[in-house]
Amino acid sequence: MKSLAELEAIRKSTLERINLRKEEKGEVTRVVIGMATCGIAAGARPVMLAFMDEIQKRHLEHVTVSQTGCIGMCRLEPMVDVILPGKDKVTYVHVKPEMVSRIVAEHIVNGRPVDEYTIGAAENA
Amino acid sequence: MKEISLHLLDIVQNSVTAGAAHVDISFDLKADGTLFMQVKDDGKGMSPELLERVRSPFVTTRTTRKVGLGIPLLMQNAMQSGGDVQISSEVGKGTVIVARFITSSIDCLPLGDLASTMATIIMGSPDHPEFSLRCTGPGGEMYFTTEEIRPVLEGVSLSEPDVVSWIQASLHEEIEPILGGISK
Repeated sequence: MKSLAELEAIRKSTLERINLRKEEKGEVTRVVIGMATCGIAAGARPVMLAFMDEIQKRHLEHVTVSQTGCIGMCRLEPMVDVILPGKDKVTYVHVKPEMVSRIVAEHIVNGRPVDEYTIGAAENA
Repeated sequence: MKEISLHLLDIVQNSVTAGAAHVDISFDLKADGTLFMQVKDDGKGMSPELLERVRSPFVTTRTTRKVGLGIPLLMQNAMQSGGDVQISSEVGKGTVIVARFITSSIDCLPLGDLASTMATIIMGSPDHPEFSLRCTGPGGEMYFTTEEIRPVLEGVSLSEPDVVSWIQASLHEEIEPILGGISK
């Protein structure tokens, strides 16, 4: 295994950032990914890891990524909800890992949802 | 599903939902190319009646819809390779599910990215239960458990991005020599 000492170092740096997060009291942005049988089969795992990767790269401290089950629109999976503090939920559909950096940059960082990837655009097409 | 690992990601959710405290996952690759994937949990278990019906796609514990495809799809892919799926369960004790894949078959799915799958599983349930992974094969053996890293992290969640990527990288390094031959 990679050394536990390395993990210890990760713990220290993460703790510092968590404390910073608490001090700033910024509200949390939530990213929720559908990970039931349908989501997994449609390719949710690489999407989820792409979000983790992008958040790590950009040091976004106020973003949490979590998983949810099947919400009954299996044909639109992989689906991702992005909930900015105080804003309505935006649902992205047929999400691919290569779409993730744009969603993070334009929506999560700059607050403008990527309309063409949303469920509204998919349903009107 | 395109990978055996994705079936793991899917069926582990059943153990989590069953309220398990420990979920022990193992992959055992035999010299003849037979792969056993086992998921053992100490969740609430299933009654003999439910156990008898659980292979049906029209049985599920969720209440929103009447279909559940996790186990049927796993069975389909195991059987397609010439293998099978065994499930045993006892109420109050837990459930063990063993899928046998014949990896030498042209119809067998690749194992896929097991390290990413484990990282995703742990990220999805960072506080509870404890997950372990054991891989054995002609290339050697490895063992990993969240119980070992939790005390090192002391209060830092296993779902922190830096921790998730450590788990992924560390497992990848260890799994590759043992199961790398069947991953693609």
